Amino acid sequence: MLTLLNRRTLLAGSLALGASTLALPRIALAQGSGTRNLLFVLLRGAADGMAMLAPVGDPGFEALRGASLADYESAPRIGSFFALHPAFAEVGKAAQAGEALFVHAAATTYRERSHFDGQNLLETGGTAPYATKDGWLNRLVGLLAESRGGAVPRALAVAPTVPLTLRGNAPVSSYAPSALPDASADYMTRVAALYDGDAELAGLWSRALETRAMAGDDSLRSLRDAGANGTLIASLMKGPQGARIAMIEVDGWDTHANQRGAFARSARGLDALLAAYKAGMGEEWASTMVLVATEFGRTAKLNGTNGTDHGTAGAAMVLGGGVRGGRVLADWPGLGESQLYEGRDLAPTIALESVLAGAVAEHLGLDPATTLARLFPERTAKPLSGILRA
Amino acid sequence: MSPASIALNRFGYGLAHGKQPPEDARRYLLRQLDAFDPAPRAIATRTATRGKTGEMLRLLRDLREKVREMGEPGMAEQGMAGAMAEGAPENPRAAALAGLPPEYREKLMEARRVVVDDLAVRVNVAIASPAPLVERLVHFWSNHFSVSVGKPGTQFEVGPHEFGAIRPHVLGRFSDMLKAAVLHPAMLLYLDQFQSIGPESPAGKRRLRQAGAQGPRGINENLAREILELHTLGVDGGYTQADIAEFARALTGWTVPGVGRVGRLAADQPSGAAFVALAHEPGSRMIMGTRYAEVGPQQAIAVLDDLAAHPATARHIATKLARHFAGDTPPASLVAQLEADFRKTGGDLASLTRTLIAAPEVWVPGPVKFRSPFEWFIAAARLSGIERMEPPRIARVLGELGQSPWRAPSPAGYDDLAASWAAPDVLLRRVELAERIAQGSPAEDVLARAEAAFPDTLSTSTRTMLTRAESGRQALALLLVAPEMMRR
Repeated sequence: MLTLLNRRTLLAGSLALGASTLALPRIALAQGSGTRNLLFVLLRGAADGMAMLAPVGDPGFEALRGASLADYESAPRIGSFFALHPAFAEVGKAAQAGEALFVHAAATTYRERSHFDGQNLLETGGTAPYATKDGWLNRLVGLLAESRGGAVPRALAVAPTVPLTLRGNAPVSSYAPSALPDASADYMTRVAALYDGDAELAGLWSRALETRAMAGDDSLRSLRDAGANGTLIASLMKGPQGARIAMIEVDGWDTHANQRGAFARSARGLDALLAAYKAGMGEEWASTMVLVATEFGRTAKLNGTNGTDHGTAGAAMVLGGGVRGGRVLADWPGLGESQLYEGRDLAPTIALESVLAGAVAEHLGLDPATTLARLFPERTAKPLSGILRA
Repeated sequence: MSPASIALNRFGYGLAHGKQPPEDARRYLLRQLDAFDPAPRAIATRTATRGKTGEMLRLLRDLREKVREMGEPGMAEQGMAGAMAEGAPENPRAAALAGLPPEYREKLMEARRVVVDDLAVRVNVAIASPAPLVERLVHFWSNHFSVSVGKPGTQFEVGPHEFGAIRPHVLGRFSDMLKAAVLHPAMLLYLDQFQSIGPESPAGKRRLRQAGAQGPRGINENLAREILELHTLGVDGGYTQADIAEFARALTGWTVPGVGRVGRLAADQPSGAAFVALAHEPGSRMIMGTRYAEVGPQQAIAVLDDLAAHPATARHIATKLARHFAGDTPPASLVAQLEADFRKTGGDLASLTRTLIAAPEVWVPGPVKFRSPFEWFIAAARLSGIERMEPPRIARVLGELGQSPWRAPSPAGYDDLAASWAAPDVLLRRVELAERIAQGSPAEDVLARAEAAFPDTLSTSTRTMLTRAESGRQALALLLVAPEMMRR
């Protein structure tokens, strides 16, 4: 049973986001263009959902995280129950505009605490680590191609190499800014001839050239500047030639020690990336969806070194011009010791796979049940619905 | 691939400029086991930075407090990480440095220089080595026991970790390497062990009495978990969360010299680490069904010895080694043979290397691996005969290629799978870099050099393209990115 916690907030507080959300006018989607953009942001290292979206309305929060309570005093409230980490200033504005939706106490089927296995399952969509060899986002590309008579949508990893989420049979590109000087044109032509009889290298080569042509002459030199990354991804996704499906990885979330500064730093970077991406997409933001997810959450209580260890349930975000945002989807499990998973982690009450499959199906006009079965097979929970404004 | 090409490329870093391909492939490899120098002069001069890490951590803490007073938590780490970034654009790094108080700036620059110089030593030793197979093993194990300079404070330790804790043991015993690698200051810092304190230890109890005190107050399980999952048993190695917690308690007290108030009471350890008895959780520990008596620093060492001898560890190491040399999906027969060897010899790594050299599974003719960026770079540098590259350039180039040593994104190290490296954009970077390398290299007789580097292996199409090149330089640039160079 999902609880729309924003309903409780209609009467609460000065920032009654829930109320304003319901009154927001609908933004028209880019009808008929057939272009829907999807960006998946993978937070590697297990981002702390309780820091991202603090359940300040839960009396248990102060006992577990009393030291960090002050950080949320003037933070944007999402309903009366949750407060967004203050480093997410721009995401907060998007929430206020009804364009950012949050999911809390969500987890994949994975119940151990290894980053590598957890990421493997989140990326492959499998149920046992390393059993599935391709990524769910790559399978989504295949599914879209089938639904569109074989026309394969452009897919792109904004990373030097293709992350597992996007690996598989469907062709994908990767792109990251380079500080190396461009090679000479004649040499490049000869390299193409050199790879002519080599299917793998020839394929990689032609995709590399296409993507670099699209990025044009960006002045970026690396992927370290979060805001510039957002602008870059937008430039690679805009227009009819742009990538329809893209992903980027953001690391720096494994906050085992001195979490307060480390989390704020990573969150500021993510916030800047998302804001720049939204700005860069311009009018196409209306037909764009951004999914932000991480492999699992972290321990509810701070550890001995003012950090948090590997946990279970965490938070996810869905942003976009068509998203029914400004609210938190959660079946809140509570923070009492008996309510915590194994006495230490936020307990999972929503399947992250249902969130991801439901969101992309709704956004891309695919059948939700088929989408879930293809991207995340062998799941029993139903795909989530009602993510976009009707 | 011919046996000579396999010996050169699958086992090593390719043929070095001016050298001849081997006559007897297996003997060429076996001889490298004797020719390997664990402490060449370039490395022997790089280990004199001990004692700087404590200073570095104090600096970082001061800086953090200073910036906190200025109301910007996280700024100190940001400045630190930004200032340390390899291959980072000049401007953000300069900006991060400019934001720091001047008295710290110089020390950070010094720390960065140390990392960059250590990295150049690693690269230059590999390029010039008479035992490229054993250099590959050094880099394999360094990646197995991955540490990252992305963690503030590790700058003076990541190089010495490889040079002092990995390199001397690659033909020795796994258990010795394990103890040296995980109890080294680099690892203790990287996986947060240095501030883990037993709650029942005198230091832990004192912390508890000082309610609201800043700083570390208890156990951190990170190192214990990664030792079990990544370094020894493997993720399905049969341990539980309770074993992790117990192991973490056994590890308390192991820290870095010069850290914190308890650091003054530290007893220095041979690994360069320190043991602080006051922070060690008292009592015996039960880990995977074995009881470990309370013997101070020896308690964790006894656990490590047992982990090194565990059958799951033999299996885990055998699988990783086989994957590295015989392909992404390693033949089960080879894994079984290496595993049996590991168990029979008690983890004698020289014996495992000889088993690899003898195994027919590693001599199959088709290429079995896509070269990782680091492997490709070393092979390209050897083949081209490029003149000395300046250390900052080496660091920058490896960053551009997507594989900076000592900077892997996670404690699991870099992936050892083609799918991670055979990607469009990084291929383009190799091509761009190859043209630059060719410009600074001797460009005569490229076709003959190609035949020597890939004996009886060069394809007709590559040969044709080399012949048709407009210059020796262009031929070399093409050779450096030919399919034969990309896979081994």
